[in-house]
Amino acid sequence: MIPDDLLYTKTHEWVRMEDDEAVVGITHFAQSQLGDLTFVELPKVGDTVTAGEEMGSVESVKAASEIYSPVDGEVVAVNEELADTPEAINEDPYGEGWMVRVRVTGGQPSDGLLTPEEYAELLEE
Amino acid sequence: MRTIFAKSVPGRAGTLPDAPAAPAAAHLPQDLLRPAAPRLPEVSELDVMRHVSELSRRNFGVDTNFYPLGSCTMKYNPRFMEYVASLDGFTKLHPLMAQLRGAGHFTQGALEVLYETERLLCEITGMAAFTLHPMAGAHGELTGVMCIAAYHRDKGNHKTKVICPDSAHGTNPATAALAGYDVVNIASVDGMIDPEHLENALDDDVAAVMMTCPNTLGLFEHHLDRIVALTHAKDALLYYDGANLNAILGKMRVGDVGFDVVHLNLHKTFATPHGAGGPGAGPVGVAERLAPFLPISRVVKLKDGRFFLDYDYPKSIGYMAPFYGNFGVVLKAYAYILRQGREGLTRVSEYAVLNANYMRKRLESHVEIPYDRICMHEFVASAVAQAKRGVKALDVAKALLDKGHHAPTVYFPLIVKECLMFEPTETESRETLDRFVDDLIDILTLAESDPAALQHAPHTTPVGRLDETKAARDMILTDDA
Amino acid sequence: MPYIPHTPEQTQEMLKVVGVASLEALFQDIPASMRPRSFNLPDGMSEHAVCARLEELARANKTDVISFLGGGFYDHHIPAIVDALSSRGEFLTAYTPYQAEASQGSLQAIFEYQTAVCRLLDMDCANASVYDGGSALFEACMMAVRATKRSRLVVDECLSPIYRTMLATYTTNLQLELVTVPHGGGVSNVQALVDAMDDRTAAMVVQNPTFFGTIHDYTALFAQAKAKGVVSVLAAYPVLQSILKTPGQMGADVAVAEGQSLGLPLSFGGPYLGIMTCSRDLVRQMPGRIVGRTVDHQGRTGYVLTLQAREQHIRRAKATSNICSNQALCAFRAYVTLCVLGPQGLARMAEDAVDKAHYAATRLAALPGVRLLADAPFGNEFAVVLPKNAHEVVDKCASRGLVPGFPLGGYYAGMEHVLLVACTEKTSREQIGHLAEMVGGML
Repeated sequence: MIPDDLLYTKTHEWVRMEDDEAVVGITHFAQSQLGDLTFVELPKVGDTVTAGEEMGSVESVKAASEIYSPVDGEVVAVNEELADTPEAINEDPYGEGWMVRVRVTGGQPSDGLLTPEEYAELLEE
Repeated sequence: MRTIFAKSVPGRAGTLPDAPAAPAAAHLPQDLLRPAAPRLPEVSELDVMRHVSELSRRNFGVDTNFYPLGSCTMKYNPRFMEYVASLDGFTKLHPLMAQLRGAGHFTQGALEVLYETERLLCEITGMAAFTLHPMAGAHGELTGVMCIAAYHRDKGNHKTKVICPDSAHGTNPATAALAGYDVVNIASVDGMIDPEHLENALDDDVAAVMMTCPNTLGLFEHHLDRIVALTHAKDALLYYDGANLNAILGKMRVGDVGFDVVHLNLHKTFATPHGAGGPGAGPVGVAERLAPFLPISRVVKLKDGRFFLDYDYPKSIGYMAPFYGNFGVVLKAYAYILRQGREGLTRVSEYAVLNANYMRKRLESHVEIPYDRICMHEFVASAVAQAKRGVKALDVAKALLDKGHHAPTVYFPLIVKECLMFEPTETESRETLDRFVDDLIDILTLAESDPAALQHAPHTTPVGRLDETKAARDMILTDDA
Repeated sequence: MPYIPHTPEQTQEMLKVVGVASLEALFQDIPASMRPRSFNLPDGMSEHAVCARLEELARANKTDVISFLGGGFYDHHIPAIVDALSSRGEFLTAYTPYQAEASQGSLQAIFEYQTAVCRLLDMDCANASVYDGGSALFEACMMAVRATKRSRLVVDECLSPIYRTMLATYTTNLQLELVTVPHGGGVSNVQALVDAMDDRTAAMVVQNPTFFGTIHDYTALFAQAKAKGVVSVLAAYPVLQSILKTPGQMGADVAVAEGQSLGLPLSFGGPYLGIMTCSRDLVRQMPGRIVGRTVDHQGRTGYVLTLQAREQHIRRAKATSNICSNQALCAFRAYVTLCVLGPQGLARMAEDAVDKAHYAATRLAALPGVRLLADAPFGNEFAVVLPKNAHEVVDKCASRGLVPGFPLGGYYAGMEHVLLVACTEKTSREQIGHLAEMVGGML
């Protein structure tokens, strides 16, 4: 459950680069640890986000977790569907469960993102 | 079971006061009045009695069931304390009466209760001064940490952090944040605060170290003297979370060993009822150097034996409560302390600890006890082995409900996997403990032979396991939603 | 050994099971150097002796006075059924309902309480209570701070001075700016409140009726707040709320109340009840426990604590609040009171109190040199200006068994002559006659 066309963070977000934009969500592992999600809080379109800093949060019945932005940039789109169907993140974390689309400053993701192999190693630990 | 609103019959009256001589509209302009009456239930007094009595049968309490909920000290709540708090001379006393200069003598009995309770709590804990204002344990924490902040500010110290161990109650970090501090967590080693971890985390920015002793694993901290010395060496203060005071009455006084601030939960150690979530009371005791910062008012005894409320403490943090705290709760705890006395309170801890150890010993060959040594008033077990077969701590807890016992605390402290935390208290008999342990052993045995049988427990309660995810997603929070 | 059931034989047997020789051996982890330096408590007393002692202390309080004290805390009748039901051990001795299946009684009662207070205040959502009206106001302000990410609180000086001092204390370490807008002679200065709200303002806080007893319609003020992105917070009085225009109708975002008037004795300041309600879009900012309705696996309706991920036991340092214990049994009493009085009973209580206060105001204002502080509508409480120091008048009256109200000089500069007078449905016209005669005789 670690798609090999994505980049990852140590805090269990994934990033798909599409030209100078990054699509961001949380990984299969993250959603499985949290359990059935009940609420998602996301930034607004136009907000500036910074790599490694909080940009939102997700909640299940027994847990809550912050979402950290993997990149620097400006939010250009938010998955509004998640407000009503947070379960999409459980069911399809890399597809329907995407969270935000960020126009990345400088067009490139910052250093320090993990490759699929590196992320798999992290989960092994 | 239908709600009381569903039982409402338009036009049915409950217990009506006298009709007014004139309606509100005679005195107030129409645009200040509500256009329609609130949709409260229209039911008879008997309807209310039946409805609420039926609700009561759908509840476990200490009065009806063994309630070994760890960290909560669900001991028996003696009823004479309720009688004491219901005396007219207390219930009819308006709190502003004490603030009238000429009517101070109207409240002498109440002020004496406050004064005497503070003195008794000082002697029980070895602290120099107490305030009774905090209205719950977490409220006491906030009061205590605000006193700590005021102390550092007064000294010119610039402190930004509070240290909590990873076994701490969630209220500790939440309180530190509410008092403006950053929270630093330190990892426990062998269930204890590790002096080296603490030393590494203790820099000059640390305002306080918050700890619970015995800790939430039910263990007495082995390195307490080191912790005290390390903390004070950085001019940080040591905070004692009194949730577990029931373990050490008469055996250790937190003031004697170097704690600077302590909050007590009167609804735990001092037997005032929990009331399905409150009210509690969280008095705070401090060392001499922190006394100037306690909230106002303070109760003072004059040379002539009279009591009065003193507001003249310029360094005080201010007002934590509208008046003098949850007075009705304080009254009950005062009565409890008088009833028990020195000897009785010491026995409370001895038997609370005996009961916990007896249960632990009887269970140790049936379930993993991660810290299997002499514990204090509570201990933790881990259902990790059972979970591998599909029976989680939660399933064990639910199965206990079917046997007529309230469940232990589960999944706390966070550092023990599949955690079950038992606190029997001193008021339970050996027979009750044996019955509980026997039932728990049956459940653990069933977990081996037929795990599926436990995964849907409970079956005997008014409802089965409830869909909490649906509750959180739907957010039906009133009968109108 | 009160409340400890062990026989000496059982104690010995249990010690043997544990493998220690004595009770004292169980405390071997506490080194000798840490043992108590003293534990000098009195000997224990019998139940009878403790009760006798407390009865003596209760008698040392003087409660057989005629009192017109209020200030947000009122002596309303408590129906006898409230004590009967709240003393049932199934509620009284239960813990917070974390085990939902064993706590449906508490949970449904809280759910019905939430429904009742929402209907009373005309708001969407309520929590299961906080400590009191003052801590509820603080939590309301923090909801606003989180929701708006702003840091300025605008507070009407007509808001109870008790709550304003609590707010000042609670916000000490939080980098919040607390701005108090002076009252306009016992009424809110609405224009000044509007002017005080800027783009850094998180919350604007008013009280209805005000501390002076005056009644407002804050609809326009709340609309201005909304336009400026400010959260409107209203502190209400539950009994009068049965007849007054509601916080919801006025457009309040958060409505809180001191619930003492609903079935809780005055009890020298507590335990009381912080009622907390809000609009639906703010519910995730609301602290404390909240009960929601759901179903079990068989489709049966049941109740659970919900939205717990906001709370300290899960989110720890990032929780909406540090609150854990609340005032559940007080909320239960309020719930029973609201049910047994019903809409008609509660409105009668309110209207009778208002009617009597107007009679008292007429009688006092007829005295030479006495006038009402504000020429404005009021409910069951009002402020009068006396021709002399109100403290002196109160002291003299009190020594003769009547407390004519609360003197405001200690709370408001320049109000040494002002007396705050409250009535409830329990106040009699005869008592009001005594009040007027006694105060008149002092002037």
